[in-house]
Amino acid sequence: MSLVNDLMNSMEYGPSSEDATAARDWMARRGTFGHYINGSFTTPGQVFDTRDPSTGDVLARVTQGSADDVAAAVKAARKAQKSWGNLTGTERARYLYAIARHVQKRERFLSVLETLDNGKPIREARDGDIPLVARHFYHHAGWAELRDTQFPDHAPLGVCGQIIPWNFPLLMLAWKVAPALAAGNTVVLKPAEYTPLTALAFAEICQEVGLPAGVVNIVTGDGDTGAALVAAEVDKIAFTGSTEVGRGIAKALAGTGRKLTLELGGKSPFIVMDDADLDAAVEGVVDSIWFNQGQVCCAGSRILVAESVAERFEALLYARMTRLRVGAPLDKSTDVGAIVDPIQKDRILSICKAATDAGADLVGGQAQDGCFITPGYLKNIAPANPGMQQEIFGPIATLSTFRTADEAVELANNTRFGLAGSVWSESATVATDMASRIKAGVIWINCANMFDAAAPFGGYRESGYGREGGHAGMLDYLAAPEPKNGGEGGKLKPLVVATEATAAKPDGIDRTAKMYIGGAQKRPDGGSSYSVPGGLAPLGSRKDIRNAVEAASKASKWAGMGGHARAQVLYFLAENLSARADEFAARTNRREVDAAIARTFHYAAWADKFDGRNVQTKPGHLVNVIPEPFGIIGIACANRNPLVGFLSLVLPAIAMGNSVVAIPAQNDPLAVTDLYQVLDTSDVPAGVVNIVTGPRDELATHLALHDEVSAMWYCGTSEGHAAVDQAASGNLKPVWAVPHRDWTGNDAQGEVFLHRATRLKTVWLPYGALPAGTGSAAY
Amino acid sequence: MTQNLGTDLQTEWFADLRINTPAVERRAATLPARRSLKKDHQAAWLLNAVRCIDLTTLAGDDTPDRVARLCAKARQPIAPELLEAMGVSGLTTGAVCVYPTMVGPAKRALGNSGIPVASVATGFPAGLMPLDMRLAEIRYALDEGADEIDIVITRAHVLQGNWTALYDELRAMREACGTARMKAILATGDLKSLENVARASHVAMQAGADWIKTSTGKEAVNATLPVSLVMCRTIRDYVARTGYKVGFKPAGGLRTGKDAISWQVLMAEELGREWLTPDLFRIGASSLLGDIERQISHHVTGRYAASHRLALA
Repeated sequence: MSLVNDLMNSMEYGPSSEDATAARDWMARRGTFGHYINGSFTTPGQVFDTRDPSTGDVLARVTQGSADDVAAAVKAARKAQKSWGNLTGTERARYLYAIARHVQKRERFLSVLETLDNGKPIREARDGDIPLVARHFYHHAGWAELRDTQFPDHAPLGVCGQIIPWNFPLLMLAWKVAPALAAGNTVVLKPAEYTPLTALAFAEICQEVGLPAGVVNIVTGDGDTGAALVAAEVDKIAFTGSTEVGRGIAKALAGTGRKLTLELGGKSPFIVMDDADLDAAVEGVVDSIWFNQGQVCCAGSRILVAESVAERFEALLYARMTRLRVGAPLDKSTDVGAIVDPIQKDRILSICKAATDAGADLVGGQAQDGCFITPGYLKNIAPANPGMQQEIFGPIATLSTFRTADEAVELANNTRFGLAGSVWSESATVATDMASRIKAGVIWINCANMFDAAAPFGGYRESGYGREGGHAGMLDYLAAPEPKNGGEGGKLKPLVVATEATAAKPDGIDRTAKMYIGGAQKRPDGGSSYSVPGGLAPLGSRKDIRNAVEAASKASKWAGMGGHARAQVLYFLAENLSARADEFAARTNRREVDAAIARTFHYAAWADKFDGRNVQTKPGHLVNVIPEPFGIIGIACANRNPLVGFLSLVLPAIAMGNSVVAIPAQNDPLAVTDLYQVLDTSDVPAGVVNIVTGPRDELATHLALHDEVSAMWYCGTSEGHAAVDQAASGNLKPVWAVPHRDWTGNDAQGEVFLHRATRLKTVWLPYGALPAGTGSAAY
Repeated sequence: MTQNLGTDLQTEWFADLRINTPAVERRAATLPARRSLKKDHQAAWLLNAVRCIDLTTLAGDDTPDRVARLCAKARQPIAPELLEAMGVSGLTTGAVCVYPTMVGPAKRALGNSGIPVASVATGFPAGLMPLDMRLAEIRYALDEGADEIDIVITRAHVLQGNWTALYDELRAMREACGTARMKAILATGDLKSLENVARASHVAMQAGADWIKTSTGKEAVNATLPVSLVMCRTIRDYVARTGYKVGFKPAGGLRTGKDAISWQVLMAEELGREWLTPDLFRIGASSLLGDIERQISHHVTGRYAASHRLALA
């Protein structure tokens, strides 16, 4: 019997290894790498090994970046930024286009290099990572061209420090570098210590295309190098990685005013409704948690299945899982490659052990020799099990059931994270409803792990903030025009607790200013007041903040009313404010009251018009980018223009469907405490606007510490800002340090405020009644 | 080789069937990219495809001599020196497939080779003849010596959701086939939606089809991977319910060695290796064989063959 004859009986696939000669030759030639700074490679310094995780073999040696190296790179970037930013859009576009072309010309080399360094299957590097890298540079060549027309008056931020993870090394580089360069920034990028090689190959591409020296700088190293970059004189840090490290960065940057975007961890729900195509959903799991060895921040790692189809779903899932091939990453028939490092392998196994110790059953998910773990899932698992809370970051999903759609949503949202979600249902009605209810930045309906340069990607909650991709991604690398700084409007006066001796004498019938919580006037929990112009103001405390946040959390129907209904309430508010203009003018002045009424009209106008986008990704995919309210926004106001300053912050927040807990001007809050009657008579639902008076910075810190508050706007001092930033890092809520200004002016309103009042949800929906080529429509 | 005895009509088996077309297309597109075959393994898979081919001629100008030429190729699908170099002997195609009036010439040409003759019947390709005439055509083909019958369904029954009518006609055909094995051509290019394809597949299997087959080769769109994926999944479900293993035959869309590999990967991944044998997998094709022979020639000689150096079908 011949070999071919034998094979005709066994029908084995056999080995099919991608040729790695070119990548190995390149590494052998280069051997030991320095950093790429100011257009050339530095002499290698103290070096460490980077390894092929599938074999443990050393691939190359790279330099551990020191603080001096980082400083040199930042200096080069700073020097290059002005002229880079001042190039015409077309000139910058030509460089980005050239980079895209060069990536394509070297796609085989880059795919192999990525697979060697990371351990991912060559098929995924070849068909996923590298084509998306090229797509990202093409797309952003377009944004470079269009920056000045599409983002008028915006300016680049300057020098951006970028820290990327090891799971999609070159793709994450592209997500960071392409928009930064398109916007006119220069960058210092630190690739992950496990996977620095494609970034260094990218540096060569920058040289090949003649990118001006200093525009892209790459400093290799471990977490210490990253910390040095965070500490360096950069204008922005963009980080993708673990929530733990992201939180540390947020703390380190507290109060610096440097822009920060974070793309962090996830434990994304994968919901299979009873009317789903179960085979499709099973393939979705393959594309989610059994993709890239499950080392995917947005992986649908919590599978939630309708009880009525759970048995069949699991049977199909198990059968599919057993056909996955675990093996050499360079083999073109490999589905699941190597975990990036033994440390990660141990981490995955230890979380699985904790899950099984807590009562879950692990199906598959077995450790193999070397850095390999077979695909698997944890069943008989509930939210109380650590395996269902922690990000495993390996090829292990959790599998549990739900009874009804509302329970599915409740389970889906029972997480600190909010990066992505996947919904499987053949009903457009059901699927789009689920998409709207899941709190996450990306929702895939009947698909999973779809990415495109035009589709913003980023998280809710502790999955971070900021977006990468498309128009929204560009905005995170641009600075909007700043208002003329009008200052705080007088220093914060020391708070004097009122006693009989200090209390102002009332004219006529005594009026007591109160706080406004849950649609009712409330006395301060501490039972004290402080002296302000015109009388006494309640002295709010942590407990009043707690009560106000609780009241705000019960006002969620406001978001569901829709823009038109909210606009009607705001118009009514303007009408009632106008009717009582004289009274408010007596508290402030006529100009401020007129501005307040105009401001209310302005946001009534916007309430039903701040639209999302429909973006061009791939044919046959309806991709909508939808601005959603945060939920509860904490607001601390400046002393200047107490009435219109307050309304200028509160109105855009509530116009977008948020509820707010707002601290009015500490020195002069009585115009705002008077507002409660206007709010009541204007049908603003209880809990939408909550007013707590008192020591602003202390109250703002309590707000920022509250995990139910999803975003903070703080207009005050730099010390107060730093304290709020620190406090906000607890649940990683974004903080907007609102610049001071004359709040009666026209630059105290507009889309800048609405952008801050919303976060974007990108919803993917592939469509097709019939297979392509047989008459399906295309949008 | 157990016959599929079928079941009563069980519409509840497909009543709440859901198929997401983009997801099917995505799986079909990535399936071939997930598996790669090189060198001897690739040669083995290509030769396996040859033994699963129903080498077909279904043209208005078919003559007995033309059919004889096709049969000669079926007996020796790959040049003997190439097979010898690989140590493979006795390779033939899975069957030849012809019109009923060509069954006699085909049987004579195939002699004692053991290669079965499949005949299309039932008013192929449109199937819009009175049922008794369609059944008579099956009997005619069997009388001529056909071993297998490739019937066509009435597409209208599917498009109108008339499952009873579809089942009854298929049952009648199945009975007319007697012990001959029956392939049910669904003409998926006419059914268009993947749900239609899946429902028709279920009814055909319930009525006793031994293979379900995509196309006549005459529709605007013939065998595609997405349609094949859907049909394979219905086979999987039918096997799970009844234990009867039903075969699959894509027809009309496979032209290259690469296509032959892609479809075999589909069978292996979705149904298992058992569905890589001629009992459970056939490929309806004519030009495919020529391309496979060229690939094999290259594998053996290291040179790309000119078509004039390979024997015509």
